[in-house]
Order: sequence, then C-alpha cells, then structure tokens
Amino acid sequence: MPAVQETVERVKRIDVDQYRYGFETLIDSEKAPKGLSEEIVKFISQKKNEPDWMLQWRLEAYRRWLTMTEPTWARVDYPKIDFQDLYYYAAPKPKKTVTSLDEIDPEILKTYEKLGIPLREVAMLEGVEPKPGEEDPARRKIAVDAVFDSVSVATTFKAELKKAGVIFMPISEAIREHPELVQKYLGSVVPTSDNFYATLNSAVFSDGSFVYVPPGVRCPMELSTYFRINERNTGQFERTLIIADKGSYVSYLEGCTAPQRDENQLHAAVVELVAHDDAVIKYSTVQNWYPGNSEGKGGIYNFVTKRGDCRGNRSKISWTQVETGSAITWKYPSCILRGDNSSGEFYSIAISNGFQQVDSGTKMIHLGKNTSSRIISKGIAAGKSQNTYRGLVTAHRKATGARNFTACDSLLIGDKCGAHTVPYIEAKNSSATFEHEATTSKISEDVLFYCIQRGLSQEEAVGLVVNGFVKDVLQQLPMEFAVEAQKLISISLEGSVG
Amino acid sequence: MALLEVKDLKVRVEEREILHGLTLTVNEGEVHAIMGPNGSGKSTLSHVIAGKPGYEVTDGQILFKGEDLLEMSPDERAAKGVFLAFQYPVEIPGVATMNFLRTALNAQRKARGESEYSTPDFLKKVREVSKSLNIPQDMLKRGVNVGFSGGEKKRNEVLQMALFEPSLCILDEMDSGLDIDALRIAADGVNALRSPKRAMVVITHYQRLLNYIVPDVVHVMSKGRVVKSGGKELALELEASGYAQFEDAA
Ligand SMILES: Nc1ncnc2c1ncn2[C@@H]1O[C@H](COP(=O)(O)OP(=O)(O)O)[C@@H](O)[C@H]1O
Ligand SMILES: [Mg+2]
Repeated sequence: MPAVQETVERVKRIDVDQYRYGFETLIDSEKAPKGLSEEIVKFISQKKNEPDWMLQWRLEAYRRWLTMTEPTWARVDYPKIDFQDLYYYAAPKPKKTVTSLDEIDPEILKTYEKLGIPLREVAMLEGVEPKPGEEDPARRKIAVDAVFDSVSVATTFKAELKKAGVIFMPISEAIREHPELVQKYLGSVVPTSDNFYATLNSAVFSDGSFVYVPPGVRCPMELSTYFRINERNTGQFERTLIIADKGSYVSYLEGCTAPQRDENQLHAAVVELVAHDDAVIKYSTVQNWYPGNSEGKGGIYNFVTKRGDCRGNRSKISWTQVETGSAITWKYPSCILRGDNSSGEFYSIAISNGFQQVDSGTKMIHLGKNTSSRIISKGIAAGKSQNTYRGLVTAHRKATGARNFTACDSLLIGDKCGAHTVPYIEAKNSSATFEHEATTSKISEDVLFYCIQRGLSQEEAVGLVVNGFVKDVLQQLPMEFAVEAQKLISISLEGSVG
Repeated sequence: MALLEVKDLKVRVEEREILHGLTLTVNEGEVHAIMGPNGSGKSTLSHVIAGKPGYEVTDGQILFKGEDLLEMSPDERAAKGVFLAFQYPVEIPGVATMNFLRTALNAQRKARGESEYSTPDFLKKVREVSKSLNIPQDMLKRGVNVGFSGGEKKRNEVLQMALFEPSLCILDEMDSGLDIDALRIAADGVNALRSPKRAMVVITHYQRLLNYIVPDVVHVMSKGRVVKSGGKELALELEASGYAQFEDAA
C-alpha cells in the first residue's frame, strides 16, 4: 500500500481518543444556574466582589449582545449553540481567597502536576542549579497563573515580579486592586461591541490574567497562564489584558487543555494587548483543547478574539501560536499598527486532524507611518479536517511606507482533508508594499520512504517532516515551549498515522 | 555465507508485472554489479528489497541472513542492516542534516536494542566520516539535501552508509549526474566501506562506475530477469557490444 494511502487508512482508525489531557478532576464546584440573563451577569459580578462600574460595563455588553447574531462567514460548520443551555460560571469550592499554594484544593494541584505545569515554585527554586555558563531551559523561572474553569487558582512568583514593578495577577483581583489601570485599558482594544463572542465575553467573563509592565522594565521572567476547562456544559470566558508601558518588554505564554467530553464545550476568550512607545510584547499560545473523538463527537468550540494595539511609536507586538486542539477554531490574533514605525508579527502553526475545523489567521491594520508586519502561517491538515487561513492586511491612507510580508504554506496528509487560503489585501495609499506567497503541498511518499528506509517508523517520519515544515515558526517560541510544542505536534499527528 | 537470496521473484506495479521471476544470491563480503538498460527493473528490485510501498510481490521470496525479508516493515529492514542509496535522494526542508543523521541512527539502534550514541561519540564519528568524504561541517547544518549539488547529495548517501554500518548496501545509479571528480570521491567512500562482513549491490546503467568500484560479480538484467552473470570482465564486454544481444534472451 502506498505510504499516503496507508496514512489515510490509519486516519480512518484515528484515535484522537488518545488525547492525553482528557482526564477529569473530581472536585466540588459551585455553579451559577444554567442560562444567561441580567441576573446571571449580576451573579458573576457579585461573586467577584466587583465595583459597580464593572457591573455596569458588563450589563451594557450583555444588552448589546442580545441585539447581535452569530457570525457565519467562517469556513466552519457546527450545530446551533443553545446559549441558554450553558453554565456561565463554575468555581472550584471552597471559594475563598487563597494566599498560598497550600490552600488550593490538592486535586487541582494534582491536575496541574499531571499536565506538567510547574505551580510549585518552591520545587523549582530548590532544583539543582545548572552549571555556570550552562543555561538549563527547563529550570528557567516561569511565573504561572492557573485558571481552572472560571477562576484563577494560583499565581506564582508574584512577590518576585512585584519587586521589578510588574503586576501579574488574576484580572478579577486587578479589577479590585488596580481599578484605574483596568478601567483605562479594558475594552480599549476590543470594544464591548466588537463581535458576537467578544461581547458575550465582556458580559460574562469570569477570570483571566492581568499584566502591567511599567516604563523601561524588562519583565524578569516568562509569564504564563494555563487554562483548564473541567466542568461539564460550562463555557469558559477568560479575559486577558496586557499593558507594556513605554520601553518595556514582556513575553507571555498561554497554554490550554480540557477533559475529554462527549458534548461540545464553548470557549470564548478575549485577549487585549497594549504596547506603548518602544515597548515589545511577545504573546505565544500553545493551544491543546480537547479536539473531539474519532467520530467527531465532543471537543471545544474555540471562538476567540485576540488583538494587540501598537499604540506607541516603534512599538512591537508579536503573536506566535501553535494550535493543535479544539473541534472548531475561530481565531484571528491581530495587530493595530497605530504608532509610527511600529511592527506586528504573526507566526502560526495550525494542525488539524480527525474532524477538526480550523479557520484562523490574522489581521494587520496599518495606520501609522512606516509600519511593518510579517505573517508566517503553516497549516497542516490530516484526517478529514478542514484548515483555513484567513488574513487581512490593510494600509490606511496615512500609513505611508507600510510594508507587509505574508507567507502561507499548507501541508496535506492524506486526501480527505482540505487546506484553504483566503487573503484579503487592501492598500489605500500607493507607497505601501505588500508581498504575498502561498504554497500547498502534499506530504510526499518519497520523502516518507526515504526517512523510513533510514530506520524511522512511519509515525516518526511524519513527525520529522512536519517539524521541519514548521521550523520557522517553532523558532519564534520561547525555548522551553518550543520543545513542548514539538512534542505536541508529533502527538497530535499520532492519530493520523496510527 | 549467503547474505541476500532473491528467489524467483515476481513483482507487479499497478497490475503490470515488472519482475518476472528474478533470482540472485549475494554472499557476505561480495560486491555485485547489476547492469541493464533503462526500464529493465533495476530500481524496482532495489525498492522491493528495501520495502517501498506500492509494489505487489506475487511470487518468490527474499531472504536476508536467512530471514524472510518480505515479512518485515521497511524500518525493521533498515535496522537489520539493509541500506538503499537512492538514485534521487529527496530534500527534507527544515530538518538539519545532523539532526536527521542522529535521529535515524538512534532509531536503528533502539530497534536493535542497543543504547543510543552519546553526543560526543556521535559528533566524533560524523566528523571523521564527513572529513574523509570531503563534506564540510556547515553542510550538515543545512536541511537534508536542501540546495545540495548532485555530488553532495550522493556523498550524503555514502555518509549515511558509513554511519549506519549496514551489512547490505544497495547503490542505485550512484553515478547518475556526477562528474568524474565527484564520482571518484563517492566511489572512494564506498570502497572504504568494503569489508568481509558487508555486501554491496551496485546498480548501474554504465560500465564507467565499475572502473572505480570494481565488482566481484556482474549480472545483466533485461525485462525483469537476470539474463547473464559473470566476472567483472562481463561489464567490459557489455560496454563494447551493448545490451541489444540480451533483449532476445529475455
Ligand atoms: N510506480 C510505477 N508505476 C508504473 N510503472 C512503473 C512504476 N515504477 C516502475 N515502473 C515500470 O517498471 C519498469 C521498470 O522500471 P525501473 O525498475 O525503474 O527500471 P530501471 O531502474 O531498470 O530503469 C518500467 O517499465 C517502468 O515504467
Ligand atoms: Mg532506475
């Protein structure tokens, strides 16, 4: 049997059920009643001890949401979601303010341990120090904010970050402790009226991370948030807000997993980034939500709005994403290049397998002079999946000297999947230079056989070829996560080759 | 001792029979040349021995060290010591040659239940061999065969042969696309690997290569069969009189 056909055969027997994070944590939780109403919005706000301005903000979003309809333009297909049949709030019990890791439900700690996420900063600090001059990436400090269902359960290295002046805390806490910052920036990049899911998120978001890096500060460690959906029928609506003040630098990573469930779960996050003059924000995502089983049952609906505002001159925002999970992905991390000489980057690896549907890409909105953007997208489709790159690059009338480079490459494994490229380009001034390259190729039988003849298994061969295909993007990830992402890529393709 | 025994092998590709009962025995330490016109089935034979998908064996058998080779997956065959140097080595973008060599070598060792090479041992070995083959170190940092010249690709094949230490090397048209100097370097590399425990099957269309890699036995293939076997002088004879005389014999 030819190698590709064999791959296809194996895809038929695909076992996405080997999803490794599919376990469920049995903990007591507190839920709001099912469905959505002003009462529920008030309930969430009250649970969070929010000030009145926050409640009003939510209610306004809720009322707006009632007038909106779901977008249908993406190349994804799913049954209508009954928004009244979801829980909008779930929190692990007992719900009290936790001040140290010891107060967290041990079951939750165990969950994060199983996921390999270092919540125990102590253990890390006590680890064997690498020899001088020899940097051990696994031991570099990473501050983690862990969000379990609707609630942030732990944030590590808070004290050390505070010393540097960096604020890193759950957004629910920031609303109480830094209302002036939150009020100033929340909704300033993604307005409450932006789109159906973002508006819904504005009404019901329950937690997420908040980061503020003061002028001139280089954040002393990687910041990261791990999201975990555990509860059944529960939507997760987290909200992340990152502000890099003048001349500051921050690198942030988000990771996501969910248990295996037969029903679909909704995830509608909003991420807002603001970069002032000369500031740099690097935002990386390793998304591994449950993708559904071999029949396409279950899995996460991932409808996410991510946008960065290069508000200051010479500011820079860089999105890197490795997308392997979710039944449906609808996601376009974007940059508004407002400041003169600002730049935006989008590096993406999107892998779809089984019955997954991915519609993802980016928007680069050039408003300032001499702004530049770069888009490198690598789509890999296997099984019966559909993988679409959708991108928009525009240059405003005043954006003289705007430059964009876009390269979209798609790789197909088998012949039941599809890859699509939908680029929109719009230049309103003649000095803009936009370059676009796109390729689609099939994984070659000859290349696979070459590797196998040298001793690699079929599966290792596919993993190797795919990792080579995505190398340009992997290199953009912080080193410790590049290794993780590389493994994840092989794991998520395992189903495609047996 | 017989290392490779091909007995009355019949092979089909897409319903068409390409090999019509081919028999060939190669003993340890021997170098065999297989010569024949284009389309006579030389590459097909090498692919079937290596286990490339897409070929249907309808009759006959292949024994390797007395074991049924056709029962093994292609990666198992590689781990057991079957190496095929391709006529057209493929490019693998984004995969550094060094990383590829190491991944492949360790995969083979693991399959044999041997321990992985340590980094220093591996590097030392690669450096030694690549030096003798005139392969610069920065070539090893590039993607596998990406942007390599024809000669570099072939030398990269010989480099792998030297690293993996297979007991059977099949070289498919190693001379195609090489100038004399490139051919000499590659052939020297191959000759350095001749050993009493290792056998080689050198597939070629032209006699030229056999001036550099001198065979013990020469076989002439025509229309899916071995039609004549003899000593190295058979190659010269062919050079002088051409393949036409065998067309009828087939
Ligand atoms: N994949 C294939 N599909 C169809 N015919 C093939 C295929 N591979 C080889 N053949 C045919 O088999 C015959 C032998 O080819 P090959 O083994 O490549 O010969 P050689 O290497 O001696 O030139 C040729 O007639 C060729 O057209
Ligand atoms: Mg040939």
